Amino acid sequence: MQKITHLAATTVVIPQDNVDTDQIIPGRFLTTTSSEGFGDALFRDWRFDENDQPRPDFVLNQPAASSAGILVGGRNFGCGSSREHAPWAIRDFGFKAVISSKLADIFSSNAQKCGLLPVVVSEELHRWLLDNPGAEVKIDVEQRHIEAGPHAETFPLDGFAQHCFLNGVDALGFLLEQDAAINRFESQRG
Amino acid sequence: MASPQSLFEKIWAAHEVVGETPTTPGVLYIDLHLTHEVTSPQAFAMLRERGLKVRRPDLTLATIDHSTPTLPARDGRRPYVTEQARTQVATLRENCRDFGITLHDWDSAYRGIVHVIGPELGATSPGKTIVCGDSHTSTHGAFGALAFGIGATEVGHVLATQCVLQRKPKSMRITIDGELGAGVTAKDLILHIIGTIGVSGGTGHVIEYAGSTIESLDMEQRMTVCNMSIEAGARAGMIAPDQKTFDYLRGRPLSPEGEAFDAAVERWRELRSDEGASFDREVRINAADIAPTITYGTHPGMVVPITESIPAPADASEEKALEYMGLDAGQSMIGTKVNVVFVGSCTNSRISDLRAAAEQLRGRKVHPDVTMLVVPGSEQVYRAAEEEGLHQVFIDAGAQWRLPGCSMCLSMNGDIVPEGALAISTSNRNFEGRQGPGSRTLLASPAAAAAAAVAGCVADPRVNTSEAA
Repeated sequence: MQKITHLAATTVVIPQDNVDTDQIIPGRFLTTTSSEGFGDALFRDWRFDENDQPRPDFVLNQPAASSAGILVGGRNFGCGSSREHAPWAIRDFGFKAVISSKLADIFSSNAQKCGLLPVVVSEELHRWLLDNPGAEVKIDVEQRHIEAGPHAETFPLDGFAQHCFLNGVDALGFLLEQDAAINRFESQRG
Repeated sequence: MASPQSLFEKIWAAHEVVGETPTTPGVLYIDLHLTHEVTSPQAFAMLRERGLKVRRPDLTLATIDHSTPTLPARDGRRPYVTEQARTQVATLRENCRDFGITLHDWDSAYRGIVHVIGPELGATSPGKTIVCGDSHTSTHGAFGALAFGIGATEVGHVLATQCVLQRKPKSMRITIDGELGAGVTAKDLILHIIGTIGVSGGTGHVIEYAGSTIESLDMEQRMTVCNMSIEAGARAGMIAPDQKTFDYLRGRPLSPEGEAFDAAVERWRELRSDEGASFDREVRINAADIAPTITYGTHPGMVVPITESIPAPADASEEKALEYMGLDAGQSMIGTKVNVVFVGSCTNSRISDLRAAAEQLRGRKVHPDVTMLVVPGSEQVYRAAEEEGLHQVFIDAGAQWRLPGCSMCLSMNGDIVPEGALAISTSNRNFEGRQGPGSRTLLASPAAAAAAAVAGCVADPRVNTSEAA
């Protein structure tokens, strides 16, 4: 997993509430056996028309999107299926973090595990970010701190997820270290 | 005396290998890991890359369901939608063989949708922790199990260690009391619940469904309710086991036998929330308030009683949803023309669902402008339906009787709703394009879907049934 300690990047805003994982990556792209190369499928049916031509008015097709590092979504972003392909696609497009006032549980958990930083912010900051697409945002993972325009606040980030981001390690290492405890648990249950 | 515990807390406590700390999550032991072709290949690849074994191949059960065609083989060859889909299934086959995992492949009498076959096999049982790389794993909570969906990385964690890393979720109890009205089904109940608490109302919570209405439901109906917990954003949904649960499980292929079963039942009887157990949130619903329910928007919280008209959009997102659906505020749901009817999915593809659909279709015809697919949830359901002659009812009515699988619920196997077409579907998600690019979906019960197939438009299933009687 790639290390993220600080992030200073511009945003792309997808303001709708309840953006589901079928929008982020439609089901027909899930027949692969790989975990990479999903960037082209990201928001496929919002980005491309039925002839696979880019829809020029969609935000990810605008020039600013290619240099943006942070995706701001409406409330309850990432709801729906457990497909980890959703955060993989966001990551593969080039985003390092996703911000909303509420992120769906499994999406957020999957994002943490594949190196996409999930950031849940206050309604005030969220409103400001939705109203100011392309804004420059600064995130300090160690301090769990985010700054954007006139706003500065701390955000919740699980202590263990924070450790993984700061050190660029995944969670499996920690889990494998629990082997003795798992052995004990299994033998006690018989 | 120990403080009263909820069902969820009892199961959680019994599976905590290592408790959580501020800097580390808890380590939770998993009793049953279900897997399928879509969310497992990356996990097996990770094991190979790191030289890891599957810790407990005996606790993982695999099936093929998502990418599988529902049309029969031609000249001995299955009509997969793409070669990539064929490869995905072949990859699971190879992984199961190499790592010693039982796979219910094409030749198994128990192949089917992962959330249909777990209970059928008796692999699902009260008190277990159950995970699958699939958000509808909550289905298994109907048996008093703690069952939740995980991502592909976590599938790798379970394969390698039989554990997942978790922070303890919050708890919510939804109590539904009273009798459901005539023609009101479990699907209507859960759609009503999602409409009440909202599509993110359950976020961060495990829901326990309780009350006299829930107790009155049979196991298949309880599965329909727990299945859609994720559509309210919840981590899991569960129902305390009772005599119906035990009766369902007795004699299943993987259930304990004889005295061992009786001993298991004695343990399972303890699995209920104690008097005075506390929940982070409590919701009460009166069964009498629930009508046959249908969605009209692009998420499962946009619901309305089927006899009512579409409410005015509450915000810009709902406005966009109506625009996508091509429906207008104030428009009556009854009479809305549909093009496709899908009866199937892990929500509603069990034998009782097929019976409810067949009841509407018996002696009638699918409207000439409508394409109808009936896709049983498993080989067991398929056989049971054929033994009862339900398949003949569907075929005589002009519906397509297909092989088991997820099919048109998420349309990754090529069973798609055409662009712009409006489908009424017994599945769980009405997201934009869920059933194919540009497709539009109304979610409803099997009876309502079948009634619409006959009428060619949304119809009140209670009216059709009484006419037939």
